[in-house]
Amino acid sequence: MSAVIEAHDHHDHKPTGIGRWLFSTNHKDIGTMYLWFSFIMFFIGGAMALVIRAELFQPGLQFVEPEFFNQMTTLHGLIMVFGVIMPGFVGLANWMVPMMIGAPDMALPRMNNWSFWLLPGAFGILIASLVMSMMGMGSAPNFGWTFYAPLSTTYGPDSTDYFIFSVHMMGLSSIMGAINIIATIMNLRAPGMTYMKMPIFVWTWFITAYLLIAVMPVLAGVVTMMLTDRNFGTSFFDAAGGGDPVLFQHIFWFFGHPEVYIMILPAFGVISQIVPTFARKKIFGYSSMVYATASIAFLSFIVWAHHMFTTGMPVEAELFFMYATMLIAIPTGVKVFNWVSTMWRGSMTFETPMLFAIAFIFLFTIGGFTGLMMCITPADFQYHDTYFIVAHFHYVLATGAAFSIMAAVYFWLPKWTGNMYDETLGKIHFWLTTISANVLFFPMHFVGLAGMPRRIPDYSLQFAEFNQMASVGAFIFGFSQLIFLYVVIKCIRGGEKATEQVWEGADGLEWTLPSPPPFHSFTTPPQVK
Amino acid sequence: MSSSNNQDVYFIPEPSKWPVVGTIALTTSVIGAVNTIHSGELSLLLPVGLLLIAYLFFGWFGAVIKESMDNCYNEQVDRSFRIGMLWFIFSEVMFFAAFFGALFYARIIVMGWLGGSSNNAMTHELLWPAFDAVWPILTNPDNVKYVAPAEKMGAWGLPAINTAVLLASSVTVTIAHHALRAGHRKPLIMWLAITVALGIGFLFLQVEEYAHAYSEMGLTLDSGIYGSTFFILTGFHGFHVTMGTLMLFIMLVRAIKDHFTPEKHFAFEAVAWYWHFVDVVWLGLFIFVYWL
Repeated sequence: MSAVIEAHDHHDHKPTGIGRWLFSTNHKDIGTMYLWFSFIMFFIGGAMALVIRAELFQPGLQFVEPEFFNQMTTLHGLIMVFGVIMPGFVGLANWMVPMMIGAPDMALPRMNNWSFWLLPGAFGILIASLVMSMMGMGSAPNFGWTFYAPLSTTYGPDSTDYFIFSVHMMGLSSIMGAINIIATIMNLRAPGMTYMKMPIFVWTWFITAYLLIAVMPVLAGVVTMMLTDRNFGTSFFDAAGGGDPVLFQHIFWFFGHPEVYIMILPAFGVISQIVPTFARKKIFGYSSMVYATASIAFLSFIVWAHHMFTTGMPVEAELFFMYATMLIAIPTGVKVFNWVSTMWRGSMTFETPMLFAIAFIFLFTIGGFTGLMMCITPADFQYHDTYFIVAHFHYVLATGAAFSIMAAVYFWLPKWTGNMYDETLGKIHFWLTTISANVLFFPMHFVGLAGMPRRIPDYSLQFAEFNQMASVGAFIFGFSQLIFLYVVIKCIRGGEKATEQVWEGADGLEWTLPSPPPFHSFTTPPQVK
Repeated sequence: MSSSNNQDVYFIPEPSKWPVVGTIALTTSVIGAVNTIHSGELSLLLPVGLLLIAYLFFGWFGAVIKESMDNCYNEQVDRSFRIGMLWFIFSEVMFFAAFFGALFYARIIVMGWLGGSSNNAMTHELLWPAFDAVWPILTNPDNVKYVAPAEKMGAWGLPAINTAVLLASSVTVTIAHHALRAGHRKPLIMWLAITVALGIGFLFLQVEEYAHAYSEMGLTLDSGIYGSTFFILTGFHGFHVTMGTLMLFIMLVRAIKDHFTPEKHFAFEAVAWYWHFVDVVWLGLFIFVYWL
């Protein structure tokens, strides 16, 4: 892929001051805000995780009351899912998609900014409920991030209603962001950039955007029913009026399962950019990567009830959802084998982004395999609601999605800032993070299989050693991220100048722009051959 | 503006305050709404927030209209708007899908299970043995907590008339569009005005129906799952008709101000798409909520 580029520096009339950020119509500035928002939320959500791990260091109650523990598990989950992973990937999309397809900006730049600015409003409301709870005024949401009825309807605290509207605002943000990405990819590709020439990261985000548009409104629907059940006497989730609490779970997971792929497909895209770069080969099986992504997206709509095997569904439904879920392993396997084949006989080097990418492939695959274990219905009866589930989704979300975001930040930071990051510190961050993440999450498999339930602040004595290991890992993991923060800030403030291409094996339109790129990426469209 | 379709000139809007205004407006409104629900008396934040939302709509759409009238938009921007509107409508379809899903689940699965079908004989026996699983429910499982309606809302009275009204309005908006494309301004204004009138007529009849349901039939939001699904589905549909009618009214004002040309009138088309969407949702409601 080659391109003719003219950098029009005289077009760069950057707005200045706070107005640059508040009123922005620039995909890079908005992307930067998304990424910083995600980073800040990562530390807030991480601090909550440390409260949880501190409490679980020993059996019995040490630091917090069970009521507060419940608020911690709930808000940790909500913040990590909606406040860290999703905005993190949207930030990457904002920065990279226009540059990768040869566009000047996103298709709808003002709406783009609104998508971002809704998030501080939404999370402000959510976190305010926790602050009020700590000041002794009511309780923050305490029913788990899945907010099952009747915990969130009949028994939910008053703050639940604020939480509902906060979810509405997050949904609005995601839907508008997704529409924007679709319009950008469909309409702003440079001449010659056909769909099957798009970088895989663009493809995965294209498909993710459709998932978002399809399921965020369903989430809005289910929280609306919660709102009316709580305040206006409807009985959607109350069997006494002819409704059903299990109905809540069906609608929630119809949103929730595609949602987990919303959080992993862009990660696949990131890994598919990084692995070829550092293996110095083209990606193996480009078109099968695209079709595998689309297959995963399609399957995500017909597997939701595998989260609900213990609700007493008819056995036919359990079998259907079990077999449909198993199918997902096929396209996911295609991806893993493609990454491995891309590395096969490549001229590999192991800079920090590549290290994170390889760790992703290993650790995400472990998460994928435990997922396969849980999709077997009778086995899941044992795993359900135990720490095994917690181990599983932290392998796919923390060492999967979050690792891919870290990989992406190291990969593109020189392009964004024009400076190389500190490779030594990057490697230290990688090894501390990867080792501590496994010390943290791997023992959870064992206590889970032995029967330790999730979301409980106390546990039986026999689980103590593994929990202590996990807690030690958690604190190392958490504090290691301060190194990451330091590396990012140091890189922004200076360092060895980055070239246009940055990495020897880098290929694609974004690497033809100067580092840092001009304010509006491509003011004249490049020609893609 | 169709002349400047060359892609070397991209359009990127100047920095804009509207997104931040929008966030302040929404945050204020939702906090006000919850405070109002909790305290039972109007929280000042709610009207302030709603006024800010109105200010947002006037300001943001006003800015877009001005840019459009100043010929800032090339064909590429027009395509982005079309893609945006199309997928926005799709997201609305999925919003209604959640409520239709709840309706089908309640009618097909919950009714059966509470009535003792499949492996749920004991559910029926032990929970509410007196419950008669027939849709629409005229006796709720717990008829003290949720007082069931006295009768079912029939399909062939007001709802049938409303179906005709909405279908007719879809036809009139299409006639208006044809008039616009042919450059006939007077018929455009007339047919658009008729469409607005039909929208208002629909809403009026819907209010009549709600009043009848509440005062005479005992069919209310809290009368069990039948009332819940009935009012949430027709209620959100009615809200969308209200928004659609407002949008059509603004198109009428813009048509009177001669904003549209036969070639360039995407705002009108977007509203027409939205109106057809609202119409299709109604057909689903008529069949599954009122008729079957």
